[in-house]
Amino acid sequence: MEDDTTAADLRRRVASVLAEHDPATSDPLEFHRARFDAGLAWVHFPEGFGGLGLARELQPFVDGLFEEGGAPDNNSKINGIGLGMAAPTILAAGSEEQRRRHLRPLWTGEEVWCQLFSEPDAGSDLAALGTRAVRDGDDWVVNGQKVWTSVAHLARFAILIARTAPELPKHQGITYFICDMTAPGVEVRPLRQITGEAEFNEVFLTDVRIPDGQRLGADGDGWRIANITLNQERVSIGGRDTPREGGILGMVADTWRQRPDLRTPELHDRLLTMYVESEVARLTGVRMRQKLAEGKPGPEGSALKLTFARLNQELSGLELELLGEDGLRYEDWTMVRPQKVDFTQRDAGYRYLRAKGNSIEGGTSEILRNIIAERVLGLPAEARADKDIPWKDLPR
Amino acid sequence: MSADITLLESDVETSLRSTVREMLADRCDPNAVLSAYEGDRALTASLWKTVAVELGLAGLVIPDERGGAGASVREAAVVLEELGRAVAPVPFLSSAVEAAIVLREGNSALVEQVASGERTAALLAPFSTAPDADLPRMSVDGNERLSGRVTSVAGALESDTLLVAADTVEGTAVYALRTSDVAVASFVSLDMTRPLADITVDSVPGEVVVPPNSGEAAFRRALRAGAALLASEQVGVTAWCLESTIAHLKERKQFGRTVGGFQALKHRLADLFVEAESASAAARYAAGALAADSDDAAIATAVASSYCAEVAVHAAEEAVQLHGGTGMTWEHPAHLYLKRAKADEIGRGSPGHHRRVLADLVDIPAS
Repeated sequence: MEDDTTAADLRRRVASVLAEHDPATSDPLEFHRARFDAGLAWVHFPEGFGGLGLARELQPFVDGLFEEGGAPDNNSKINGIGLGMAAPTILAAGSEEQRRRHLRPLWTGEEVWCQLFSEPDAGSDLAALGTRAVRDGDDWVVNGQKVWTSVAHLARFAILIARTAPELPKHQGITYFICDMTAPGVEVRPLRQITGEAEFNEVFLTDVRIPDGQRLGADGDGWRIANITLNQERVSIGGRDTPREGGILGMVADTWRQRPDLRTPELHDRLLTMYVESEVARLTGVRMRQKLAEGKPGPEGSALKLTFARLNQELSGLELELLGEDGLRYEDWTMVRPQKVDFTQRDAGYRYLRAKGNSIEGGTSEILRNIIAERVLGLPAEARADKDIPWKDLPR
Repeated sequence: MSADITLLESDVETSLRSTVREMLADRCDPNAVLSAYEGDRALTASLWKTVAVELGLAGLVIPDERGGAGASVREAAVVLEELGRAVAPVPFLSSAVEAAIVLREGNSALVEQVASGERTAALLAPFSTAPDADLPRMSVDGNERLSGRVTSVAGALESDTLLVAADTVEGTAVYALRTSDVAVASFVSLDMTRPLADITVDSVPGEVVVPPNSGEAAFRRALRAGAALLASEQVGVTAWCLESTIAHLKERKQFGRTVGGFQALKHRLADLFVEAESASAAARYAAGALAADSDDAAIATAVASSYCAEVAVHAAEEAVQLHGGTGMTWEHPAHLYLKRAKADEIGRGSPGHHRRVLADLVDIPAS
């Protein structure tokens, strides 16, 4: 905290919210609304929209103060897409009216958001998406299919990108919308995964009418705005330092300590190697946050995501091997729709299977390597066959 | 645990880095370094004089009042990164880090002489000796004469003074010997930019520089700093390998296109970049923890030592491979980095050794 007066002012503001709305006795929703209105939801947002126009780095400080004060949680585990992706995009690209309508109930957790981006034929090549939005009077009529949509079954709204000009090259003909998930024609189906659970969904959009007032930004400006959304993922990595042995490493290390019967020399060295790599990744994260705090964002976000995906996979695999015959038992294959991904309260088999998704979700490891190689190291881009061809003429 | 140690570079460190880098760019080109493999050691003497005396780095970690610069091992780590980046053949690690740290613990006047660069010292221990390993000890007779033999010593060829542990009735003391009084047998080293020598000491007079009881601790402290800061040298080796390989792949054309555009190669370089960034954070943390005398210094050293060594070797192996046939030639500098990286991996304890040290520190017992 470099500026003591800012820190003191934030302390005073937090204390005032806590005093007027005692978390122990207040209705949580009333508390969240008061915190939002006090500008303490996202301190870097403008006044009137949950913030005070301060530096983003001050937010963990404020969150810490509220945590100490016993503040309730604003549905943050379930509404991660809303808080991390939708809100900053609405702030950056939305109209005054859209900001006013959506940011407050989004932050308080009243309205959960999901993200209708990926499609069966447009994952890593997201700009190839084929969901169509056709103008019809004051509305847009949307048809298509989205996939890998977390919390769609709980969401009140979605951020949606759809093709509005198929005659233009693929990046140019996309428009960004806010989609009401309760509108007729929106159908959410659970998508069962290798864990047996349906953490994600498929979303079918059939003649869904979206009023033009729910268009976010200009017609055709969707790809640029989608990149605002996607860039948030990297910014949102880690507000606070994680402890040593955080994550899956801690679970494997505890198993090692509690079960001397399972130890072998070969597993010992593998565990230690991953211990070292996890600790180094943790330090790399510490340094990234130190840089961010000085206002010097680096390329470490993509690098850390690559590292954590690999380590989670290797560690969860090692954990199963370490458990031996216990590793052969799986907890439950019943299809359920969990509200959040929780690695800690689950068995090793679940962790092993779920961790395989870490190198796919939120940008595959292959795409992240391309980003590092091209944007950080300056190596030539892959030859692209599709850049200037109208989307409708692309081979598919 | 780590929140209070900055992993960012201070302005002073940045300025030190650019001073050292500029001097090395001017004075230490790869062709000159290569001559070390032909037995020509002319570069070493003049370069060390520049580093030690003109830049005043011989006494970097020695306190002001004893003639040094009063800096910490954090600054020494920055220097080592740059020396690694240039595979510079100078005894900075052995004299300005390890010997200086031993001498700091005693009252000998030698510390001022080492600080000024007037004398150059080295620890009499194999380069492979880890901080927690058995120390090589000389025997000492009633007339303070020392005898014994130590193999594969780094920095001995460049030194006029050798520091050695010897057991006395009062405990382990550190003695200083004149290199001219001992038999120094150099041999062909895997890394001729840090040549090693076997040392035979036969009834040589020594001066106590760290008294009994604190001698062993001083020696181990120096070895630990050596291990921790070798990680920074490895970060420098890694940085050169990565940068030169990227530059090559941006130039080289095959199949009608720049080979750096092939995804198979880009992904390998992206992975190497991730490793290089990670190694740099780990090495910086180890140096910072050591400088702050943090409780976490031992863990930080074990982590950095095991991680950075493997990254440097990987980077150097990739550099040779991705330079293609050129990378295998004597005239291209990649082999200098491969040899340094592989020798450094063994230096001050192997990665596997440091992982077993870590096992005890973080309670992951072998059985």
